Amino acid sequence: MTAAIVSLSHVSKRYVRGKQSIEVLEDLSLDIAQGEFVALMGPSGSGKTTLLNLIGGLDTPTSGQITVAGQRLDRLSSGALARWRSTHVGFVFQFYNLMPMLTAQRNVELPLLLTRLSGSQRKAHALAALTLVGIADRAKHKPSELSGGQAQRVAIARALVADPTLLVCDEPTGDLDRKSADEVLHLLQELNREHGKSIVIVTHDPKAAEFAGRQLHMDKGSLLEPGTLAA
Amino acid sequence: MKFFPLVWATLWRKKTRTIFTLLSIVVAFLLFGVLETVDDAFAHPGVGVSGANNLITTNKYSITLQLPFSDTQQIRSVPGVAEVTWITWFGAYYQESKNFVFAMPIDTDTYFNLHKDEFIVSAAQMNAFRTTRTGALVNAELMKKFGWKVGDKVPLHSTIWTQKNGSLDWTFDIVGSFLAKDPTQQSQQATSVLFHYELFDEGRSFGKGNVGWFEERIANPSEAGAVAGRIDALFANSSDETKTQPAKDFTMAFVKQFGDIGFVLRAILGAVFFTLLLLTGNTMMQSVRERIPELAVLKTLGFSDGTVLGLVITESLLLCLTAAVIGLALSYAALPIIKHGLQGVELSPRALLPGLGVAVILALIVGFPPALRAMRLNIVDALADKR
Repeated sequence: MTAAIVSLSHVSKRYVRGKQSIEVLEDLSLDIAQGEFVALMGPSGSGKTTLLNLIGGLDTPTSGQITVAGQRLDRLSSGALARWRSTHVGFVFQFYNLMPMLTAQRNVELPLLLTRLSGSQRKAHALAALTLVGIADRAKHKPSELSGGQAQRVAIARALVADPTLLVCDEPTGDLDRKSADEVLHLLQELNREHGKSIVIVTHDPKAAEFAGRQLHMDKGSLLEPGTLAA
Repeated sequence: MKFFPLVWATLWRKKTRTIFTLLSIVVAFLLFGVLETVDDAFAHPGVGVSGANNLITTNKYSITLQLPFSDTQQIRSVPGVAEVTWITWFGAYYQESKNFVFAMPIDTDTYFNLHKDEFIVSAAQMNAFRTTRTGALVNAELMKKFGWKVGDKVPLHSTIWTQKNGSLDWTFDIVGSFLAKDPTQQSQQATSVLFHYELFDEGRSFGKGNVGWFEERIANPSEAGAVAGRIDALFANSSDETKTQPAKDFTMAFVKQFGDIGFVLRAILGAVFFTLLLLTGNTMMQSVRERIPELAVLKTLGFSDGTVLGLVITESLLLCLTAAVIGLALSYAALPIIKHGLQGVELSPRALLPGLGVAVILALIVGFPPALRAMRLNIVDALADKR
């Protein structure tokens, strides 16, 4: 039995908008094993992104417990959560969210600004991450000079550069053509299989979900099939 | 320092906007440098001019009111007074009103006795001045400016004193030139012309027997207050009561008769910086508003609220300080031009230093609101628009 890297127990999340209270997640429990590649699927508004935000430490639950990489996230302050994110989790977004005025290498270096690494060490780490995702030759290019697939690879390199235990990806292929999407998904699969990264992706695309080891379906704030610990 | 490339790159994210904002701040600080320098020059006009042991006696109620020449003997008899001379404001220009000339009718012996350590003038030319009734000694810079030379006859137009023939034009023979012994005083004397009081007093159509003010050298500077009190006591309750004060204070009062220059300059600067505050503040707010998703990404990567606040404040400081340094450097470079325009006023670059402090305050004021907004940014909400 592999240990769980993500463990959610009776998690609920409610948003209050004016006088309206919206229950986005309802008494959700889920375990994701170390080294697992999980795809979260479901219709819009089913709570996939909210769940991803909670797992990535971007948001806190209204009730319930969330433990990621051995840390109870629901007990951390905003500052502690920021520090935790910087070392334990890498994020990949649908629209890459790269800094337009920085080169690919500088973008990848961003998470390392929060470490004690020297400038040359940061540069070496960034180039290593860009090499890993197969785009080192575009290191000096700005995002506007990259294709969608290349930009997403840079975003993946940025997510990887601090060597986090968990990658969370929100629709990572949503803005890409089929060919680029497949390349990115193969890359994620390779990171999972060869480098042991635990990955959680949110996707609408059934083909993308096929790259994952396990698919979870959500609807109206609940998992349609309860999460099970991978063997 | 490791955040500098990020802040610098962010600052130049929209080059055109940054350049225009930078230029507006540069112009504001150029103006600040120029006006502060001028204000400083008028606020400290007498520094080192006449020494600590010179007093000036004017009419108690206004320096525009004259005093009787006959007061000279009484002032000279006051214990502690070593020398007395008398001067009158002539108010002159050469050919055009923009060619201001600081012409003064003086009593040669007493004036040069009182100011003996302040001028460089050859003995021959001094002798020529003493013996030529219509003679004038002219500052060497003024000679150069108007192309005058020794032996020239030059007409000066007085804005006050008509001659007995009704003319405001007075003609003098240039018999020599002088320079200030202290180079720092040269600019204050750059427009000076000295001529004989006797010629002036005999030639004028009114005010005969009066002088503008008296200047006294006192034997002991520490007794300045007591001596001034004794002089004023002499004329108390007379028709021409006096006010005696240190020469430096007199010069300041003289400048202030033109109005509160400091207030005017500060009002102009206040308007400029208020506008700048709105302009730069708006630019910073707009810049942060456009970068909300980027700031949210930084927070996602683990940048703390404090670090994000610091990044925006640093960006504001970098913008304001860079522009301020350029603006102040330009105003420093412009000092010779201003000096030319404000003849006789000593300008000092010391007034530029507070500009850096103003730049820091400006940066903090315009940078804090957007920085606070960036700090309080909710990641989930900010990313919701652009995943």
